[in-house]
Amino acid sequence: MLCDVCKCNDATVFLTEIVAGKMQKVNLCEGCSKEKGVQDPTGFALADLLLGIGATEEIEKGAPSQKCPMCGFTQADFKKTGRLGCSVCYVTFAEGLGSLLKAMHKGTEHIGKLPQRAHREVERDDRMRALNEDLQKAVAEENYESAAALRDQIKQLEHGKAV
Amino acid sequence: MKFANLMATGGEWLRGEGPHHQIVISSRVRLARNLKQRAFPGWAKKTERTAILELIKPRVEELPEMQDSFSELLQDLSALEKQVLVERHLISREHAAKSVGSAVIMNRRQTLSIMVNEEDHLRMQSIRSGLQLKSAFKLVDKVDSTLEAKLDFAYDGRLGYLTACPTNVGTGMRASAMLHLPGLVLSEMINQVIQAVNKIGLAVRGLYGEGTEAMGNLFQISNQTTLGEKEDEIVNRLSKVIETIIEKEHDARQMLIQKKSNTLWDQIGRAYGVLTFAHAMTSKEALNLLSIMKLGVDLGAFPEDRRLPIDELFIDTQPAHLQKSSQQKLNAEERDHLRAQIIRERLRVFPKPDITKVAKELESETPEPPNQ
Repeated sequence: MLCDVCKCNDATVFLTEIVAGKMQKVNLCEGCSKEKGVQDPTGFALADLLLGIGATEEIEKGAPSQKCPMCGFTQADFKKTGRLGCSVCYVTFAEGLGSLLKAMHKGTEHIGKLPQRAHREVERDDRMRALNEDLQKAVAEENYESAAALRDQIKQLEHGKAV
Repeated sequence: MKFANLMATGGEWLRGEGPHHQIVISSRVRLARNLKQRAFPGWAKKTERTAILELIKPRVEELPEMQDSFSELLQDLSALEKQVLVERHLISREHAAKSVGSAVIMNRRQTLSIMVNEEDHLRMQSIRSGLQLKSAFKLVDKVDSTLEAKLDFAYDGRLGYLTACPTNVGTGMRASAMLHLPGLVLSEMINQVIQAVNKIGLAVRGLYGEGTEAMGNLFQISNQTTLGEKEDEIVNRLSKVIETIIEKEHDARQMLIQKKSNTLWDQIGRAYGVLTFAHAMTSKEALNLLSIMKLGVDLGAFPEDRRLPIDELFIDTQPAHLQKSSQQKLNAEERDHLRAQIIRERLRVFPKPDITKVAKELESETPEPPNQ
């Protein structure tokens, strides 16, 4: 039987955990088990808990090979450190993080402070959406004069100028 | 500003002047922020970390709050200087382990300290004396608003501020207060309080944060979660819980005076005796005994004007402060001797505990019996 992580060495460590009545099995080779700290059972359970129930199943699905396109961070790296690689990792690993965040926080959505810059971006996106809708309408109505004006406004907005 | 000046000007929070300062030593609020599309410090390569630092540091130094600031790269601070900053709660233990690519900037009053490339690109902390969580938040919030106009912070419409550790995502805020709770410890009610606090989603830790044991009857209480609750709601909730704990501590002290006065006077007498005459003392023993002395001042067994020397000893007897003051390298044994010596000198003109003063105060507090 091959190791679930590296898939090249023979698995010598067979870990079975029952979490909330659900059995999870991982088979690891000597090297990977050391690397993941499996030999310290408390450490491993903690990492599992951090990732939410079902994290080990994701290992079986081959999730560790999934890399953040921005920084090259993998889910296996997260298991090791408990920290993410960059802000884009929140998008890359959104699926796994969802249950984790739900378990550790009071809510799942931020309702606090909003940076002004983000505020402006939200406004810009709204404005862009409205302009595009108007443009489509103008084209459908064959009102090419206002369509041209709208297209210019969209271009300006894309280049970061206030409209 | 030089490190020596920083040492000489004890931070504002060390003076103990804020509201409820007898029980609440300090209030702290920290915000975690990161730049967009940059690897977090723990994952970034050295060159990227340095580039991020060069981007952030000038922006922090030009803050109006950072006029005449102390700004230093971590690799330029000695291990001892870093430890001094940890003992003053101006940097975290984790930050003290950093070197190239990290920095710390703080104001002269030591009410604002900003760590660059700790676990997150920016960790901004405000520290105030006594229970002042709201004003601590106000200061750090203002700094954050100034900085965000110049730095592009990682932010997600749904998840809020994005942080290296998912436990900080959302507000990126950790509000905490350091409480001195000898009454609850001596009356053995502290575990009940800790359990109750944990149940409502707040964390209780020892003197130096995560993973440290409680020494000197000092406990840190902070919010555990950062997502799904507004900043001011977190601060208000924490403040209310702390006010309740202050009440419980007062109740416990009254109970001790009324029902266990012998134990209480014995503790204060022993603390006074050992501190005044010992020739070797570990920092843990010093903290625990100074805690009892502080309680003695609170209860009136020592005059009020003796409060400051005790409060100062709390920080001056910490290992790095002791080492720094001696100007030469000391081993643990030498430190214990020096610590005892400093304490003896400062307490030389310290009056003996006077328990009659406490009894009097208690009498005046009990309501007069109704006239017949």
